Amino acid sequence: MGGGLAAAKLTMGPVLFNWAPEKLRDFYFRLADEAAVDSVCVGEVVCSKRTPFFVPYVAEVTGRLERAGKEVIHSTLALVMTGRELTQLAETAGSADLLVEANDISAHALLAGRRHVIGPLVNVYNEGTLKTLAGRGAFRVCLASELPAPTLAVLGRAGLAELEVQIFGRLPLALSARCYHARAKGLTKDNCQYVCAADPDGMAVETLDGKPFLAVNGTQTLSHTYCNRLGELQALEAMGIRHFRLSPQDVDMVAVAGVVRGLLDGVESVADAQGRLADLAGGVPFSNGFFHGREGVRFVDPALP
Amino acid sequence: MSAPLELVCPAGTPAALRAAVNAGADSVYLGFRDETNARNFPGLNFSRSELAEGIRFAHDHGARVLVAINTFPEAGNSGPWHRAVDSAADLGADAVILADIGLMDYAQRVHPQLRRHLSVQAAASNPEAIRFYHQAFGIKRVVLPRVLTVAEITALNAQVPVETEIFVFGGLCVMAEGRCQLSSYATGVSPNKDGACSPASHVRYVDHGGKMISKLGDYTINTFAEGEPAGYPTLCKGRFSTCGRVSYLFEEPTSLNVLHLLPELAKAGVRALKIEGRQRGRAYVAKVVAAFRLAVDAAARGEPVPETALGALAEGGRQTTGVYEKVWR
Repeated sequence: MGGGLAAAKLTMGPVLFNWAPEKLRDFYFRLADEAAVDSVCVGEVVCSKRTPFFVPYVAEVTGRLERAGKEVIHSTLALVMTGRELTQLAETAGSADLLVEANDISAHALLAGRRHVIGPLVNVYNEGTLKTLAGRGAFRVCLASELPAPTLAVLGRAGLAELEVQIFGRLPLALSARCYHARAKGLTKDNCQYVCAADPDGMAVETLDGKPFLAVNGTQTLSHTYCNRLGELQALEAMGIRHFRLSPQDVDMVAVAGVVRGLLDGVESVADAQGRLADLAGGVPFSNGFFHGREGVRFVDPALP
Repeated sequence: MSAPLELVCPAGTPAALRAAVNAGADSVYLGFRDETNARNFPGLNFSRSELAEGIRFAHDHGARVLVAINTFPEAGNSGPWHRAVDSAADLGADAVILADIGLMDYAQRVHPQLRRHLSVQAAASNPEAIRFYHQAFGIKRVVLPRVLTVAEITALNAQVPVETEIFVFGGLCVMAEGRCQLSSYATGVSPNKDGACSPASHVRYVDHGGKMISKLGDYTINTFAEGEPAGYPTLCKGRFSTCGRVSYLFEEPTSLNVLHLLPELAKAGVRALKIEGRQRGRAYVAKVVAAFRLAVDAAARGEPVPETALGALAEGGRQTTGVYEKVWR
């Protein structure tokens, strides 16, 4: 099998939530030892206050991932505001031996002229922007969640960079200077007591009539639903999109990767894969509406007319 | 005595443009009547001939016109955005306000003489990002995202080779601008693609046993007791429940007002002050612009900023200094 879905690559996106450092280390160890993924993103994307805790484990984790043949991608902060954050970013971007993912345009600026990845939190909506970034060293771009199929098709046809889209996990919807985890608990961001650690899959946000809606992760707001594009993989591949991102949730992500890999390799049907993914998601509803040009929250069955 | 800060004022209609200029605006900003700008609401914005007329009026009165083309062009359909930049250049606009990298590249190549500002929708929140836009696309001024404190703005201004403009009054995005897909998630209408957030087409008010429920798409955004004025259901200004506790989780329905901070903002090295509100009528625009004109001129003379009652114009009658005074941190 030279081409088609079997040649598609799987990326484990960065862990967006505040997991205990040991839990995070063990997660990466297990990915190295067991997971059917090609690339693994390591690094804090949401809140710079969380960064120091995992530093002692980074070398150990990346070493084990690399020995297992995984491409290690160093993901960087999405909303860069303070001098300290910029210094930290410049340090990562300045390490010539690292493959770095830019989640803010400042990271792309620091990486210009070097091979790097653009993450889904940098706005790439059209071929003009894609061409500019690619010309400055961005060889792979993970596109924003809200882009619909026709846009993905145009960008795929443009052939300017390797393209990736998220196919599993909560959708990253917004970033803020304000920490909503702290605010919800009556605290400020500077004195947050790291309350976000209590919600390793995000803090549930419901409407006043009790309908699940969003998930708060510190300064980030995500969807309540898990994005699920298993039914769209074939269409995505046909558009020239060959990298698929799993965004880690507090579920068995090694098993999730296994389901997707099985589907890509043709050893599992879409229906079976959907069933197994639903079991793994533990009752969290799925969404794929953005791909179909609808509300992002919707789940459209592509098999239906 | 210092040079007064430039007062940049909203013009959703030709009438609002004239009102803003007559009330003392140094500049007005506006958009075309389509998805190329981030206030793509029914009944707002300018046709080509209205823009030509508006530019003539503004220039006759010594004011500048800045054209916001600050959504992200659709892949395979860049025509409307390119034509918007072309029209702004042809009609003699003083600058365009852009958010998309591809569009900046186009504007720089095709209309190099047209002054380019970076929209708040590009969310350039640090010196490195700003230097990138300046060096790559000749951006002359950056509208700062509403994520920085006054101290951070001061530090930033010392490090960047461009003018900065900040929001001082009106509606307040609590999320980093141009990086928010909340509206798109709930309604399918995207600020970045369609130029509208929490669109009126998806808003419903439902009477539920005397209680008024405001909905956006399928989602309840707020409820109001009988007789309580029902606010507009902007998604991030709604009341939600977390851990069994109901709150305005993201932000209260409130307006930004930093009139009293003007002397500090001038010291911070900011060049221009922006008033939000292209969706507002001319009477509102006239009042807010006049109040800020007085305040900016007083601050430039080193005099205390006059107390003005803008509270009545604020959303829900409530005001905040947003992130500027660090209460968010």
